[in-house]
Amino acid sequence: MFLSESDLQAIWLTVQLASIVTVLLLLLGTPVAWWLARTRCWLKGPVGAVLALPLVLPPSVLGFYLLLAMGPHGPLGHLTKLLGFGPQPFTFWGLVLASVAYSMPFMVQPLQNAFESIGDRPLEVAATLGASPLDAFFTVAVPLALPGFLTASILTFAHTVGEFGVVLMIGGNLPGITRVASVQIYDHVEALEYGQAHQLAAVMVFFSFLVLLVLYAWRPQTQKAG
Amino acid sequence: MKQIEARFRVDWPGFFLDVDLALPGRGVTALFGHSGSGKTTLLRCIAGLERARDGFLSFRGEVWQDRSTWIPAHNRSLGYVFQEASLFQHLTVLGNLRYGMKRSASGKKISLDHAVELLGIGHLLDRKPASLSGGERQRVGIARALAVSPNLLLMDEPLAALDLKRKQEILPYLERLHGELSIPVLYVSHSPDEVARLADHLVVMDGGRVLANGPLADTLTRLDLPIRLGDEAGTILEATIGAIDDDWHLARLDFRGGSLWIRDHDLPVGRKTRVWVLARDVSLANEQPRESSIQNVLRGQIDAIGVDEHPGLALVRVRVGDSLLMSRVSKRAMSLLNAEVGREIWVMVKSVALAD
Repeated sequence: MFLSESDLQAIWLTVQLASIVTVLLLLLGTPVAWWLARTRCWLKGPVGAVLALPLVLPPSVLGFYLLLAMGPHGPLGHLTKLLGFGPQPFTFWGLVLASVAYSMPFMVQPLQNAFESIGDRPLEVAATLGASPLDAFFTVAVPLALPGFLTASILTFAHTVGEFGVVLMIGGNLPGITRVASVQIYDHVEALEYGQAHQLAAVMVFFSFLVLLVLYAWRPQTQKAG
Repeated sequence: MKQIEARFRVDWPGFFLDVDLALPGRGVTALFGHSGSGKTTLLRCIAGLERARDGFLSFRGEVWQDRSTWIPAHNRSLGYVFQEASLFQHLTVLGNLRYGMKRSASGKKISLDHAVELLGIGHLLDRKPASLSGGERQRVGIARALAVSPNLLLMDEPLAALDLKRKQEILPYLERLHGELSIPVLYVSHSPDEVARLADHLVVMDGGRVLANGPLADTLTRLDLPIRLGDEAGTILEATIGAIDDDWHLARLDFRGGSLWIRDHDLPVGRKTRVWVLARDVSLANEQPRESSIQNVLRGQIDAIGVDEHPGLALVRVRVGDSLLMSRVSKRAMSLLNAEVGREIWVMVKSVALAD
């Protein structure tokens, strides 16, 4: 294997982080996206805007505020202390928390689009066929939005893998705990280990290409099915 | 038997509905009106898809909506056929049919098999909706609503999205339903043709209000209504094929009060049918016309005279035996004929449309 042990450790950590964040966001983002897609409440606009902030803010700004919030004097820090976890910055779970916030729009927006494109009709049909709203959600909305779920999951996973600024701000650079692949490359470059940086960077390029290829190759089929 | 009672008042921006209806608990009731007349909204209120404030709805004595009661759509025993079939794309035809059946609480009066047989879709069960034609999809949509074994079937212009050919494909199935179903059907339509073929009871709506509500023939001959039906004003005659004239390719229609010769449609003698006689195809004369191109001449008596939508026109209701016909004539002609209620008159029927 041409990658060093620390490189492999960084990649493994990255995969763990991205997987956990994707699963958490699937659980968290689905109801949020459903609410955004169906509500006529005036809060829809403000909530949608707040959730989309990570798309436009520099990661350092986001990381800075998350750091403050998770610190011993921040609201999240108080909460984690109360729950007996202690302050979370510079821990793996702190990184998970920050990534959930950072990658939220990549889960919510494709899902919201998918739910919106289903429209009211299939759910009305389900209701006239005796399905309760929850029943209709799982048996009609979710299957019809399946392409949206796949897109959202892939984007979330890939975006979390590509995270750098927020990780530096919130997680630092602790091997095996917070040193993900993007940070490891940064380290290599700082240490002028261009060869190793090349290898890891190439893995990232290849992975990103693969993800996008799957995404784009899949699109036409999903449209046909819809 | 009035088994459906519905009172709704809706005053949304740009939309108004104010109805107080008692509808029969059996047969097909057509909710007829132009688009925007509120008929679809009324149907959606009955289904529970729309919630009118201060509405009241009871079905067979069971209150579905009043001030303190709201039975959600999924707990109402009804089948709903939408204008577009709206099949679940992710399920096969069979999956679509089973979806409602599995969730149905009521008895299996109409089983899945029966619905499949009634709509003739047995060969489509394994197909996905995307591979079906428009007509096939709508047949599956109707079967899916029936497979729930509903106590009430609601149909919202099930043929409106289809072209003429597909309509002709589905109408016979709807007529079978009419004959075989024991549950009441509410059928929304803006097509007089569909109403004539399918309905037993007619509710005419306009601008969110009910203009008329009664048995089909009675409602059609009400003189205060045809104005709203425009060119389609006319009457329905229940008739039987009495004889066939092979030489001239004609068929004789016997109705209560007389008979009419029409083009032979290959219907056997003895077959019951409905014909739609438009007011504009009926003219009146004081003298019995001879050697006229109009072969159908009947003797009748003027029953009532009503105003028409144009100031130069009048609608005349003529009693022929036990049946009523409508005639649209100009006011000048009325004056020439000395037409008045009670006067005996000759009625010439230019053409009739077979409704089924």
